[in-house]
Amino acid sequence: MGRLCRATSHKFLSVESQVSGPALRARGVSKAFGGRQALEGVDFEVGPGEVVALIGPNGAGKTTLLSILAGIAEPDSGEVDGNGVAWVPQQAALYRRLSVRENLLLFARLQHDAGQTNDPPGQMVDRMLELTGLGERAGDRVGTLSGGNQQRVNIAIGLMAEPAVLLLDEPSVGLDPGQRERLWDFVLGLVGTGTAVAFSTHDIQEAERYAERIVVVAEGEGIFSGTADELRQAVDTGSGDLESSFLAFLREHGH
Amino acid sequence: MRWLLLKDLQILRRSPLQLTLLILYPVVIALLVGFAMTRDGEQTTVALYNAMPADSPLGFGGEEVDGDEIRDQLCDRVDCLSADSVEDATKMVESGEATAAVILPEDLGEKILSLASLNPQSPEVQVVVNGSNTVESEVTDDRIEAMLSEANLLLAKRLSEAANQYLDLILEGGEFSLFGQELEVLGLQKSEQILKRLENKVPAGTDREELQRAIRFAGLATDNLDLAGPLLTAITQPIKADKIEVGDEAPSLDTFAIGVTTIFALMFVTVLLVAGSLALEKEENAFTRLTAGLVTRLQILLAKVGLGTVVGFGVAVILLVGLGLFVGIEWGRAPLWLLAILFGAAAFSAGGAALGAAAREVRAATLAAVMICLPVALLSLVPDDAVGPAIETVISVVSAAFPFKPALDALTSGLEISGSSVWLNYLHLAVLAAAYSALARVALRRF
Ligand SMILES: Nc1ncnc2c1ncn2[C@@H]1O[C@H](COP(=O)(O)OP(=O)(O)O)[C@@H](O)[C@H]1O
Ligand SMILES: [Mg+2]
Repeated sequence: MGRLCRATSHKFLSVESQVSGPALRARGVSKAFGGRQALEGVDFEVGPGEVVALIGPNGAGKTTLLSILAGIAEPDSGEVDGNGVAWVPQQAALYRRLSVRENLLLFARLQHDAGQTNDPPGQMVDRMLELTGLGERAGDRVGTLSGGNQQRVNIAIGLMAEPAVLLLDEPSVGLDPGQRERLWDFVLGLVGTGTAVAFSTHDIQEAERYAERIVVVAEGEGIFSGTADELRQAVDTGSGDLESSFLAFLREHGH
Repeated sequence: MRWLLLKDLQILRRSPLQLTLLILYPVVIALLVGFAMTRDGEQTTVALYNAMPADSPLGFGGEEVDGDEIRDQLCDRVDCLSADSVEDATKMVESGEATAAVILPEDLGEKILSLASLNPQSPEVQVVVNGSNTVESEVTDDRIEAMLSEANLLLAKRLSEAANQYLDLILEGGEFSLFGQELEVLGLQKSEQILKRLENKVPAGTDREELQRAIRFAGLATDNLDLAGPLLTAITQPIKADKIEVGDEAPSLDTFAIGVTTIFALMFVTVLLVAGSLALEKEENAFTRLTAGLVTRLQILLAKVGLGTVVGFGVAVILLVGLGLFVGIEWGRAPLWLLAILFGAAAFSAGGAALGAAAREVRAATLAAVMICLPVALLSLVPDDAVGPAIETVISVVSAAFPFKPALDALTSGLEISGSSVWLNYLHLAVLAAAYSALARVALRRF
């Protein structure tokens, strides 16, 4: 217990790493806040173009893991390898009083000045407006947009530097099912262009529906990695219901 | 960094309510403070030293005025403390025990008596005020003016009675003494009679002696008319005050009032704006994204301090220039007061940044800004001599650690007072700006 399930992890690696190796890989990552251990020896990988769901109860350490993967936070121990990783924060990190275009332009300029992209900011904004399908609302204040559209703008900013891996922290929180679906159409459209996506969620259905692989974290430990079917098989609940399997799995591992 | 600044200005422009409050609130507060400052309900305490000999009654024109009566008039409007000497009285003012001292000089009685003579001298009382406190010394000025006009009214009554006697003398004739010589004044009525008699006698011959008396009267009448001039002046304001200031130079009340108003506005605009805008970065969740490889924490901090300095400077200059239209400020000294506002804006901005970084929430930051700024600023306005030495020390330490007092001193010095102290004020503000920026940077670590 406390390690990623080796068999499934290997199976996955044997498929992807033969081609070009994982786009992002973390090994034995630990992080404590004060006396509280938020992460303990977690391994995590994302292959090129792969969609991985990071699932676990609130406080499990998902945000902490993603921010370490993004290079925003330093782990206490363990290592992270990966280039071209972009991170999209949990809540829309946008200025609500600025318009969609102004928000995009600000971050395009900052990314340009920081050397993350060479594209002229103006062109970048036009491209992102097209990508998000928000061209008609470019002049509207972000605060007046729906949560789903705000999240699109939020994600678009993460895409400006054309990352190999996009890390999304609970991207669909607070969205209704329709908004959620449109958001995923948008995100999976990106995957079609070769971008790998790792997203956190505490919704097992969302994980099954949109991710190729599911990684379960609980209380700072990685306890499972594999497909939804493998998670169902890992515990025998007899019902075939993924949510029950997930909860049973957590219980079996003492969470 | 310029993009961050531009973005903040855009956000500010989009927030009309915030913008209005940010400007209206300080102006209203400043007006209230200015109003409260110029109203002083308390009795002023005045040290009185009476150097006049006790047994010199001031009798003239048949009426008596004595020293006690003058003193009672003086002390009607204020609390009088009696002093034993000029030094004693001056010390009382310097120590703050009295807001002013009034000294009745030894020769005051003689000079008052001379008012009723043909050779009037201006009686003067000395007034010693503590110049280092603008509000009090101005209030004291008003009080002493009121005291003197009471005393002057009394003397004027007596003097007009004396003047009446001279008029009687001119009208009816009689004797009076000038330089020890007894003179006989003919009087207009007798002159008329004599001239009537001369009228009959002139064709018949000349009565030399009577003619000479008429001629002498003409001369005296002219002299008496000359006398009326100084006498009338004496009546309008018999006692003059000779004002001496002790303590440091202080700005005039006008300068002080516009200084307080401007710095109040500057303080609220910059502290509220910077604290709120920095906390907003956290609230809008943008801080993490900005610091994820785009800009450093220091750059964000400097952009916020820059924002506060630019906006605060603009608002304060507009306010000051607006006030200057009514009060009159020295445009030639503009570089000095503009620098004072600039340094003040930077120091307040840094303070606001420290507050915003510590509060991490717009509402909390705004509340904290008001709850800290208002009392500290008001504390800085408490006159030194209004409190005991221990509290005075506390107040001066608090005032020095917060930009309000140095900014106010810098501005009033820049507007009015010459000397090198204004450069020390700039330095003080620069040190505070650096110190608060450092504090803010530390607070941003766990933002
Ligand atoms: N900055 C922080 N300071 C202190 N504790 C934190 C901090 N961030 C996260 N934690 C703690 O670490 C644990 C994991 O948090 P987090 O990664 O946000 O979980 P999740 O995103 O899965 O809900 C929680 O117990 C949380 O309280
Ligand atoms: Mg989280």
